[in-house]
Amino acid sequence: MRVPVHLSSHLRSYTRGKSDVEAEGSTLAELMADMDRRFPGLRFRVIDEQDHIRPHMNFFVGGALVRDLASPIAPGNEVLIMGALSGG
Amino acid sequence: MATIKGAFVLQADASRRTWKLDGPHFLGSEANHLVRDPRDPRTLLLAARTGHLGPTVFRSHDAGRTWQEAARPPAFPKAPEGSVGPVVQRTFFLAPGHASQPGVWWAGTVPHALFRSEDGGASWELQEGFSRFLAGLKERKPDNIGETPGGAITHSILVDPRDANHLYLSLSSGGFFETTDAGRSWRPMNDGSSADFLPDKFPEYGQDPHCVVLSPANPDRIYQQNHCGVYRLDRPGTRWERIGRNLPADVGDIGFPVVAHPRKQDVLWVFPMDGTDVWPRTSPGGRPAVFCSRNGGATWTRQARGFPESNGWFTVFRQAMKADTQDPAGLYLGTTAGEIWASRDEGSSWAQIAGHLPRILAVEVGES
Repeated sequence: MRVPVHLSSHLRSYTRGKSDVEAEGSTLAELMADMDRRFPGLRFRVIDEQDHIRPHMNFFVGGALVRDLASPIAPGNEVLIMGALSGG
Repeated sequence: MATIKGAFVLQADASRRTWKLDGPHFLGSEANHLVRDPRDPRTLLLAARTGHLGPTVFRSHDAGRTWQEAARPPAFPKAPEGSVGPVVQRTFFLAPGHASQPGVWWAGTVPHALFRSEDGGASWELQEGFSRFLAGLKERKPDNIGETPGGAITHSILVDPRDANHLYLSLSSGGFFETTDAGRSWRPMNDGSSADFLPDKFPEYGQDPHCVVLSPANPDRIYQQNHCGVYRLDRPGTRWERIGRNLPADVGDIGFPVVAHPRKQDVLWVFPMDGTDVWPRTSPGGRPAVFCSRNGGATWTRQARGFPESNGWFTVFRQAMKADTQDPAGLYLGTTAGEIWASRDEGSSWAQIAGHLPRILAVEVGES
């Protein structure tokens, strides 16, 4: 399933400046695996080696904040990957 | 220079009188260490992260004009399901490998771990031998492997220029350690070095080395600035001598960096900071000064010409003071207030060569 992904400015060095991209996946884990194939290195900057979302990054799926990579993505959902205010 | 908000390069003319600032590189990133490869001077490695984004390593093969990110930055293996695994918070220290091993780099991280790259920093492998050794230390004396305000830092990875398999490293806190088999096995080497913050003041390990250097003139001469003083170790001996006792009592021998002379094993410099009371870690009395010993720490000379004579509350971090290899040797220190001070005469006089930079975390010298 193709998912629209919106990225905050922190990650645009990985997407050649684009704030809106697309990737495939029916869960956040699948989506981020595909994101890393398309934009190498991006995943590790926002998800640590224990597969936890880094503390100062926020992921929204269909408008809801999620912290679990197993979270499903429903058809029509947009995913937002945003820097949290807590990170400075 | 590696700063809290990015990396900068200061380039001098041959006289070291005129300096040109280049940067910032990776503005906004916490740059922990920027190191030039002595085996290939156009190669730079930079350890960085941001407040939001995880830690990574960037590499440049054209002296900083363009950068590529490591394909596999230092990271721990994923823990088995149901258990909690460690996470690299920052890559703190980068060390080029032995001259006979082009492409080999070592990295120390927060939390404590040792990583090695064999492909010029593109991919990094956790050194399981050190991890197992560290786990054993923690099991035996859990209170002796600790954290600083900056985390549990693995640093001062020192490669013996005569033997690629012989390395030292230091843990803040935890102490000083040696391997003679390229990191497969390790042993503590802290005899004579104190840990005033522990119930046992002279433990086998548990000390807090702030900065440890090999004398470029003699790799068997090792200098250490730690939380509890300035020390010298002469190998094959294994007992540290507290040479900081010979510093003036009203200055003390607490600080972060220590620098060894490029050609004279008995010459070293420290930058004492106030370690009394609540550990202010600023120049004692607001009078910044470097102290130089020319006899291996038996006596010391105050070097302050050019620094503020009062109200100079400098803090210089452990990686932020270095020497060049010129004759006379140049010295460089970076402060947490974003100032770079330089001496062209082995510390006799000092001048500020850059200011208004972000907090300086590390300084390295590259010469061509």
